[in-house]
Amino acid sequence: MKSPHMRVVPADVHAQLAGVTRVYPAADGGPGVHALGPVDLSLRRGEFYAVIGPSGCGKSTLLDVLSGLSPPTTGEVVFEGKPVGRTVPDGIGIVFQEDASFPWLTVRDNIAFGLRQGGVDGAEIDRRTDYALAFMGLRDFARAYPPQLSGGMRQRVCIARTLVMQPRLILLDEPFGALDAQTRLIMGDELLRLWRETKATVMLITHALDEAAMLSDRIGVMSARPGLILAEIETGWSRDRDSTIASDPAFGAITSRLWSLLRAESIKAVGGSARS
Amino acid sequence: MRRLVDTLLVIAVLVAAWQVLHWVAGDALTSPAGTARRAWALMNGDTFWGHVRETGTAFGYSLGLAVIGGLAVGLTLGLNRTASSVAEPILVSVYSLPKVTLYPIILLVFGLGLSAKVAFGTIHGIVPVIIFSMNAVRKLPPIYLRAARSMRLSRLDMIRRVVVPAALPEIVSGLRIGFSLTLLGVLIGEMFASQRGLGFLIMNAIGQFDVDTMVAVILILAVVAVCANAALLALNRRLHQGAT
Repeated sequence: MKSPHMRVVPADVHAQLAGVTRVYPAADGGPGVHALGPVDLSLRRGEFYAVIGPSGCGKSTLLDVLSGLSPPTTGEVVFEGKPVGRTVPDGIGIVFQEDASFPWLTVRDNIAFGLRQGGVDGAEIDRRTDYALAFMGLRDFARAYPPQLSGGMRQRVCIARTLVMQPRLILLDEPFGALDAQTRLIMGDELLRLWRETKATVMLITHALDEAAMLSDRIGVMSARPGLILAEIETGWSRDRDSTIASDPAFGAITSRLWSLLRAESIKAVGGSARS
Repeated sequence: MRRLVDTLLVIAVLVAAWQVLHWVAGDALTSPAGTARRAWALMNGDTFWGHVRETGTAFGYSLGLAVIGGLAVGLTLGLNRTASSVAEPILVSVYSLPKVTLYPIILLVFGLGLSAKVAFGTIHGIVPVIIFSMNAVRKLPPIYLRAARSMRLSRLDMIRRVVVPAALPEIVSGLRIGFSLTLLGVLIGEMFASQRGLGFLIMNAIGQFDVDTMVAVILILAVVAVCANAALLALNRRLHQGAT
């Protein structure tokens, strides 16, 4: 924010946060909780960006503010050249950490849910839903209800539900946090496949070092609360990567670089001392 | 099949207990067979169906008002945290108040006739519908609303497509209780200030010491109430099954 010329957004910037902070007001009118920022962040069109940070550092707040789910206290959010207001702009899709599938709808109806608000005709809804069912490997479960499925399957339903809306920016808030380690690896590969196929920009919020190191083009490392972007790391992976890069020496180097940046912050976050 | 056998067994036990009670109490309680005969005669008489229509009309209006009003108020309160926190203790107090004490006031306001019965039935039924639908909405996982917002649903669509279906199992529980209490309210209304309806028929029979008719009307009402309750319960069970 030193110079007003910084406000000119380059063509390949898909979404941008400028000087964004978020302070949650205290119930008793006190100073409130300073959860985030100031954060400056640019997502390039088509990149896979991971945000990693210690627990409680404001990662989810960052996603809320970027998507328009909650307004920033100060600063500006821009998506595709337009300021983001108090609603989620068309073109942004979100996958949440919690299970957000609707238990009263079948898997198929869950996936078609967002499409059924006018503007999309029935045949197109069916076509996109069929595609998403096949893409996420849910075809055999189209008529099941989410409570009959495992946690991983339910999260696939939520991803498919976002996918059918054909978002240009997909935000994922620790989507695999509740899953076991093997399922997480598989879901990571599927996410990469989805990213390649849709050519969307992806921002993944995670607290898992390996997940960030394996999946992303760039990684933003956040500090303990109030969350700031401490560093941005380029991974240099090719676009057709998958989870087998875990055996690549570069993977180890990235992971240890991330940990050296995060270690002190994580200790701060759990309230310990950074010595030894 | 098993359920059917169980149900028949319960009915058999109840009828047997009734018969025993009849032997003990004598004239105060007609025997099951006598009651069934009287009920049959009533249903083939000329005045009975007029009373049924009278009660049915009052009940229909009351239930409609209790359900529509209760859902509108309950859903609105449920979506507003402050309003529902303020309203809940008030509603619970109203719920536990013996509403028959309010009946003189209702008679003064509405006069004798259909409107007083409808008003009395409605105030019985509307409170549980409000309380249940309000709490159903308050208990919704916030993630449903966040997901709906992330898919750009309008506020009306959010209520129609997310809030109501998510809260439906609880709402049906409220409707079930609202249904019985509305019927109760209408019948009490007819007992004290009416010249028509099934409630009046019961009171009139008591006045003439016509125990046969009294018990027969009670039996008919009980059968209707139990069937309606069973239907709503079955619906409720199906909805809860889908949502767990």
